[in-house]
Amino acid sequence: MEIKILQNILSANDTIARRNQDQLDKHGILAINIMSSPGAGKTSLILQTISRLKPKTRVAVIEGDVASSIDADMIHKQGVLVIQINTEGGCHLDANMTENALNNLPLEEIDLLLIENVGNLICPAEFALGEHKKVMLLSVPEGDDKPHKYPLMFTETDVVLVNKIDLLPYLDFDVSAFDKAVTGLNPRVKILQVSCKTGDGLEPWFSWLEDEIKQMKTAKADR
Amino acid sequence: MHELSITQNILSIVLQQAKAVPANKITKINLTIGELSGIVDECVQLYFDLLSKDTIAAEAELCFHRPPTKVRCRNCATTFSPDNFNWTCPNCREQKIEIVSGRECYVSSIEVD
Repeated sequence: MEIKILQNILSANDTIARRNQDQLDKHGILAINIMSSPGAGKTSLILQTISRLKPKTRVAVIEGDVASSIDADMIHKQGVLVIQINTEGGCHLDANMTENALNNLPLEEIDLLLIENVGNLICPAEFALGEHKKVMLLSVPEGDDKPHKYPLMFTETDVVLVNKIDLLPYLDFDVSAFDKAVTGLNPRVKILQVSCKTGDGLEPWFSWLEDEIKQMKTAKADR
Repeated sequence: MHELSITQNILSIVLQQAKAVPANKITKINLTIGELSGIVDECVQLYFDLLSKDTIAAEAELCFHRPPTKVRCRNCATTFSPDNFNWTCPNCREQKIEIVSGRECYVSSIEVD
């Protein structure tokens, strides 16, 4: 006997993700899912963001890594709340891991939750965590052809930060070809060129975040 | 490792559905997984064999339907299958596309005894 099912394989994850977002909304917390390849600069971006937005904005971080607490320790030194998730070889965070982390954070004391996903350009695009916005970093040494090779990641994201632009003079990265490929896949995306090392170009990123946090607070007040 | 969580979800969906029938054995599972979803059939099969042991889905045949990637040009509305990750429209040469198919990821049906 054949039984029709037609159920999305990721529906269990999506249900938990929606629950996470409800919880975040209730507390007026803006949650950002930060994705990239390993070494593209996610932790550096988080450190820059903390140092610029603190103390006006209360930041917390969920740090996803295959193993180790190297990144979490660095963030902890900045005096912000950080929860480490080790996926023990798993290639992405999922909504369930995020829910466990949320249950261990004092949500009433947070304005901005930065979720550093596991470094990978494939799997994280498929798993919603409950975030409000997806942000991806592409560092220029990775090459301008990445949107063609990893289309889903670029289709899903709200912001692309092109990182390590201080290295542009030494590389063959074609900025306009990259922008064209990204907007071709995702016309509503915001592309910003930054260097998390020198701090160049980060001001528009901070203002974007501050605007989003403000909108989150207004939405909470209106409810 | 992507495939491990995918396979766990597949197994829990089919066991739940079979329980509702109720069925004694799941013999076949039809999966629709688009080309773009980045899931490797062999990995799913391997994890499935491990995870389904001792369940009524043990030894079920996994059947993969892989809809090909299709995109539509946002400039001239031509629908095409990109060749070798080339997203350029064959009609107007623009690279402005939206994905029409290839992202499917669902259990379509099961066969039970």
